[in-house]
Amino acid sequence: MANIVHFENVGLRYGTGPETLTDVSFTLAEGGFYFLTGPSGAGKTSLLKLLYLAQRPTRGVVRLFGEDAGALPRVRLPGLRRRIGVVFQDFRLLPQLSAYDNVALPLRVAGMRESEIEAPVMEMLAWVGLSARVTARPPTLSGGEQQRIAIARAVIARPEILVADEPTGNVDPEMADRLLHLFSALNRLGTTIVVATHDLHVIGRIPQAHLMRVEKGRLVDPTGLLRHPPGAA
Amino acid sequence: MNGFRHRAAIDLRLLGEGQRSWVMAGIMAIMLFLTVLAGALGLGVARSASGIDRQLAGQLTVQLVEPDAAVRDARAAALVAAIARVPGVTRVRAADRAELAALLKPWLGDVGLDPELPLPVLIDVTAARDVTGAVTAAARRIAPQAQVDGSARWLAPVRGLLATLGWLAIGLVLVIAAATAGVALLVARAGLDTHRDTIDVLHMLGSTDLQVARLLQRRIARDTLLGGAIGTLAALALVALFQTRLALTGSEVLGGATLLAIDWTLLVLLPIGFALLATVATRLTVLHTLGRKL
Ligand SMILES: Nc1ncnc2c1ncn2[C@@H]1O[C@H](COP(=O)(O)OP(=O)(O)OP(=O)(O)O)[C@@H](O)[C@H]1O
Ligand SMILES: [Mg+2]
Repeated sequence: MANIVHFENVGLRYGTGPETLTDVSFTLAEGGFYFLTGPSGAGKTSLLKLLYLAQRPTRGVVRLFGEDAGALPRVRLPGLRRRIGVVFQDFRLLPQLSAYDNVALPLRVAGMRESEIEAPVMEMLAWVGLSARVTARPPTLSGGEQQRIAIARAVIARPEILVADEPTGNVDPEMADRLLHLFSALNRLGTTIVVATHDLHVIGRIPQAHLMRVEKGRLVDPTGLLRHPPGAA
Repeated sequence: MNGFRHRAAIDLRLLGEGQRSWVMAGIMAIMLFLTVLAGALGLGVARSASGIDRQLAGQLTVQLVEPDAAVRDARAAALVAAIARVPGVTRVRAADRAELAALLKPWLGDVGLDPELPLPVLIDVTAARDVTGAVTAAARRIAPQAQVDGSARWLAPVRGLLATLGWLAIGLVLVIAAATAGVALLVARAGLDTHRDTIDVLHMLGSTDLQVARLLQRRIARDTLLGGAIGTLAALALVALFQTRLALTGSEVLGGATLLAIDWTLLVLLPIGFALLATVATRLTVLHTLGRKL
């Protein structure tokens, strides 16, 4: 299987502060399912930000889809970002738009016609159990409902990589199972999935997933298996 | 088309539906009010100047001073005949004694004209174009001492004033246009700031800078057109009022400032031009500002 993500000695520093991430090296295979764990403040979100092109590495090399993300000109970023779906830890739904319009946004950004948008959006909302809240605006939804809208928005455009930051933090175990079921269904369709989570129950639900652990900004990889996965090109 | 309208609606909702920028609309109303007034001044001045130019070119007076009455009358007849043959001349007429007396009355008073008083010959020439050279040549051949004047020569300083006013109007329109671009720039920057979270999310979902620019452009174009339309209507009403008052003066110079249909059309196009200008300024501002981000 081809490598879709490759980090090589990546360091990330916010402003002039200390390095938040240090010497992070790993390779993700296309179609893999990865959990990213670690204590709060370890740098999970920071690592994911590099992955979804919200940050560029301060040093080292980040390769996405074979492209050097650190050196990519700005005009090339939208094209790559459209291939990545993101569930933000804080959702980042647009409060002025309805649930429907939030979920439809990636399709509109991609330039799809309105007639092609409605069916997949309604289907997606049904999947996350929010068919009844189509016109509701995010501030009127519960935390768990907002999280499901965020997940629906992240997967609606069939991204090649799905990055989810604590996607089950606000939902009950039953809904968590349902969302994981959705993730593994997407994974079976070929989507590479990266989920940051503290939740051991969630990790246990996907036996074939790989585990990545960050501690104090460093990737714990004693066997070197993350850096050089077996069968990697 | 329906899809497009729906998309535009979504675009506006993205930046908060009700948050129409009244500041922008208000400023644009003032800008366009001033611009349309300046534009009307410029156009009126141009109309008036071209009217004067036509008069300067087409109105001549030939003057001949000749003490001997018999010679005078003979030369006058010869001059009229010769000038009438000059190509382009549409009308030649010698002023008769009564007219001259009327012209002189302010200086001579009511005492009446002494029949012995030698009066000059005055010949009015009207032409379709500038025939000063040809008429002068024709007149000199008959009477070397004949004098040819542009009868509208006294209008020359007026003509100069009008030219200055015209440049002033053009300058005003340009200054207001620059100020409008500046306001659009500030409003666009404020918009990027106010909607930073939304724009960040859009970028993360793969929006291009052009897509973001279009959001702000649409909004500014809409506010500019709305405010501009109000300002333009107010200014046009004022201009129309002035026009009727100009017509009432009956003055040839002032009456020459009457705007034609094409002028009114140009004035009505001003707000559209300004909306375009504001849109372009917004686009450049957004692209420039976003281009410096990650
Ligand atoms: N934008 C930022 N500017 C400065 N420092 C930041 C920024 N974002 C994160 N940090 C710092 O980087 C470190 C790692 O933060 P990060 O959000 O990546 O942790 P995390 O592993 O996701 O934690 P959590 O499990 O609580 O979500 C923290 O010390 C945090 O204060
Ligand atoms: Mg985090």
